[in-house]
Amino acid sequence: MGMTIAEKILARHAGKSTVKPGELVNAKVDMVLGNDITAPVAIKEFRRIGVEKVFDQERIALVPDHFTPNKDIQSAQQAKLLRDFAREQELTYYFEVGRMGIEHALLPEMGLALPGEIIIGADSHTCTYGALGALATGVGSTDMAAAMAIGEAWFKVPATLKFIFNGQLQPWVSGKDLILYLIGKIGVDGALYRSMEFTGELISALSMDSRLSMCNMAIEAGAKCGIIAPDQVTFDYVAARAKRDFTPVYADEDAEYEKVITFEGADIEPQVAFPHLPENTRGISEVGEITVDQVVIGSCTNGRIEDLRTAAQIMKGKKVAKNVRVIIIPGTQNILRQAIQEGLVDIFLEAEAVVSTPTCGPCLGGHMGVLAEGERAVATTNRNFVGRMGHPRSEVYLANPAVAAASAVTGKISAPEEVM
Amino acid sequence: MQGLVWKFGDDIDTDAIIPARYLNTSDPQALAKHVMEDADPTFPQKVQPGHIIVALKNFGCGSSREHAPLAIKAAGISCVIAHSFARIFYRNAINIGLPILECPEAAEKIAAGDEVRVDLNSGTIYNLTKDETYQAAPFPSFMQDIMDKGGLIGYVQWRLQQQ
Ligand code: SF4
Repeated sequence: MGMTIAEKILARHAGKSTVKPGELVNAKVDMVLGNDITAPVAIKEFRRIGVEKVFDQERIALVPDHFTPNKDIQSAQQAKLLRDFAREQELTYYFEVGRMGIEHALLPEMGLALPGEIIIGADSHTCTYGALGALATGVGSTDMAAAMAIGEAWFKVPATLKFIFNGQLQPWVSGKDLILYLIGKIGVDGALYRSMEFTGELISALSMDSRLSMCNMAIEAGAKCGIIAPDQVTFDYVAARAKRDFTPVYADEDAEYEKVITFEGADIEPQVAFPHLPENTRGISEVGEITVDQVVIGSCTNGRIEDLRTAAQIMKGKKVAKNVRVIIIPGTQNILRQAIQEGLVDIFLEAEAVVSTPTCGPCLGGHMGVLAEGERAVATTNRNFVGRMGHPRSEVYLANPAVAAASAVTGKISAPEEVM
Repeated sequence: MQGLVWKFGDDIDTDAIIPARYLNTSDPQALAKHVMEDADPTFPQKVQPGHIIVALKNFGCGSSREHAPLAIKAAGISCVIAHSFARIFYRNAINIGLPILECPEAAEKIAAGDEVRVDLNSGTIYNLTKDETYQAAPFPSFMQDIMDKGGLIGYVQWRLQQQ
């Protein structure tokens, strides 16, 4: 019997010829990731195991991105734990402020997530790298500790759901909209414990930045991972970056899917997810009149160069609406530099938006744009849970960068066409 | 184990279990002071060691923060029963040795304030208040091994010793 991409990757890394959904396996991991929230717990647990050295200094990435540059003394202490551990263990991939980026923007950019690999990260949006044809999944800190020690993790082989996107992309529709639309259809637990494979003409047509946005939110459907089979777009992206050899993996012709679900591009306009769950989606034409106090363009979902280009295209020559604060956060140092070189940052500053150094910041209500009681934001981030961006009685609406930028200009949630 | 039940609804996310504004520490006791407060502000003050959380579907969805099950465990909760769990929460709970059971029937029928007795080995849940019994699937033996060794760290130590 044939295997899906996730099954095949797991089988290879577990040293087995086949695996079946539901089976529990120990598998080797190609990369282990942690951040300034999760790695401190992992480091503490790592010490308890009693091994001296990590299994491989080149296969662990530590990225202090959530509360950095540090917002207070406690978060500085947390970040210091990473720094000290990275020095002690002589880790190759510790990313200090100044070389840092939001982890899921950074790892693909650095060529540290590659087709056919297994990457685990103590961060739920590790699933982002499925865009590169990897089995990438979020785990907890204890998993991270164990993997740092032995280079393995336990997995329950997931059943796979296949999503086929046919047709053509509508104007201003990106990977973010495809995944929001999908979550709106199947719900926040619609792919619980499953692997999702995304395929079809629409997916082939997506840029790598857009694919990364899409796979980023697989977890918002409850999935273990969201995978796009490697193609020329993938190989072009990794060619100049890959830090290791890799072996692409494809599904077998006769792979068994738990379900195959088909969507039509013609049905998908830019999407907005209303509070307080990513499944509360509506097409932009159904949104109605919703004023906003803050706009955030950034995060591991939509802080890549293509996202900033789109936002700049819309904001060019315009001003941010009078009652709105706009915060733009490039995902990595390289993206920030590119945005400066391409003149995007000038456009944002002209429009009277704030441009920040890379950080998770407001995405998780950490710093750099926390909401007060009763305030409302439209954000290109991935979660709109109660209190996610600040006060428990604040609201977050999720959208793509084009909608966020248009909303910045009008002061209410708006379609890009309204301002173009 | 036996205890009084706190009941929660669908899709209780990790931000509700422990909001990010408290994540500048990883000390379980400090986290426990704020556990579940965005879902029920009275919870951190009123929860007692031995109490049980019962929730509906997709409990623990959202971030991978192990702080969520750690905070629940540090607050003294002896077991979490839900219709279903988000997957990272599920593995985190097993990895840190917080007992959890998936049981749709129990999740539906148990009400806030019920007294419930749980037998993890058999997966049997007895509701003393309603005199009803519900059956959850016991853990697969692989996961039972991890639990028996006190969590994943103990399991890894054991594996390293075997080599
Ligand atoms: S940007 Fe937001 S979702 Fe992404 S890793 Fe940071 S906190 Fe998590």
